[in-house]
Amino acid sequence: MSALLDAVARLGRVAMTGMAHAGAMALFALRLLPVLLPTWARPRDVIQQIYAAGVLSLVIILVAGGFVGLVLGLQGYNILNKFNASESLGVMVALSLVRELGPVVAALLFAGRAGSAITAEIALMKTTEQLAALEMMAVDPFRRVIGPRFWGAMLSVPLLAALFSLVGIIGGYLIGVVVLGVDASSYWGQIAEQMDPWDDVGQGAIKSVAFGAVIAWIAVFEGHQAEPTAGGMARATTQTVVLSSLAVLGLDFVMTAFMFGA
Amino acid sequence: MNVQRGVELVVGLFVLAGIAALMVMAVQWSNFGASRVSGYEIVARFDNVGGLTEKSPVKLAGLTIGRVESIELHPETFQAEVRMAIDDRYDNLPVDSFANIYTAGLLGAQYVEISPGGALETLGDGDRITMTQSAIILESVVSRFLFDKAKE
Repeated sequence: MSALLDAVARLGRVAMTGMAHAGAMALFALRLLPVLLPTWARPRDVIQQIYAAGVLSLVIILVAGGFVGLVLGLQGYNILNKFNASESLGVMVALSLVRELGPVVAALLFAGRAGSAITAEIALMKTTEQLAALEMMAVDPFRRVIGPRFWGAMLSVPLLAALFSLVGIIGGYLIGVVVLGVDASSYWGQIAEQMDPWDDVGQGAIKSVAFGAVIAWIAVFEGHQAEPTAGGMARATTQTVVLSSLAVLGLDFVMTAFMFGA
Repeated sequence: MNVQRGVELVVGLFVLAGIAALMVMAVQWSNFGASRVSGYEIVARFDNVGGLTEKSPVKLAGLTIGRVESIELHPETFQAEVRMAIDDRYDNLPVDSFANIYTAGLLGAQYVEISPGGALETLGDGDRITMTQSAIILESVVSRFLFDKAKE
């Protein structure tokens, strides 16, 4: 009997911790929002962070995009060829990438590559009391440390997702047209004909902006609230990757249902 | 060049590349790899082109020999006038060739199939194929079949 009560109590504790976490995130967002615009008073801080988060993620994003495109080309060709519709390979690859895989996979890779780095950096600053030192000097750490990192991550994701999709489409071209012999004009022609600038490219871009904001928010939050110990930093980076990956996938479903469903 | 400027330059390039990628995907695929066939042009009029579009392939014996350049309505006959660019290598198509619109597979894209005739004269730039057969519209085939059955 007491074992059962313990289990229920444990469930309650988990639920309360989760809710407290969500509440802390909301409060953190309220604290962050007012400094988002003033952050741009020092645009160099933001540029530095776009470099750290975005430019340095280019290699993994471009390589991954290329391979995803190659695989899509191969798999798509095998399926479409059964229906004698391999001319549609281009549009299949392009739509899968632009609508779904570009924003989502780029965001997941970004969360692992750059989100965790942002969390670790802020958490270390907190552990070594650099944030407190800034406050002692009357420098707002939200404006100088957290704001630029938020912007850097949020702006990088849509750019990376666009490049991911483009490289993927070129990868699909390489495998489909150059290797498997799909007609080149059909590949590009079908894309031109059936891909809509607003419905497909625009909504994919909206998705990736939302993913960028969520990853950036989670990354800076986890860093800021990390327990100032070595173990706390480790947990915070893990949390960032886990939470932001799940958030991206969940948000993707919700946004897809709203934008492409109905 | 100091470090900060280098960083700014790289970030600028990164932003430009990202925006350019979006633009390319959103706006101009058609100019992309639209390898214009260097060749001569022939014309054919069809009663119905079905799902034929610009850049659809033109085939002979199943091999692509050119592609559709434009499809317009001919103002007098109310037929669709299809202009096709044919590769220069295939400059010996007989004038009495036949142009059909076929569908690749059951659901695939549509294309023009040229069936060569037997005349000795060949088609030149701007010539017209007079013998054509329209795209087969599945509904009309089905309905004809049903009506024929009903008559029996």
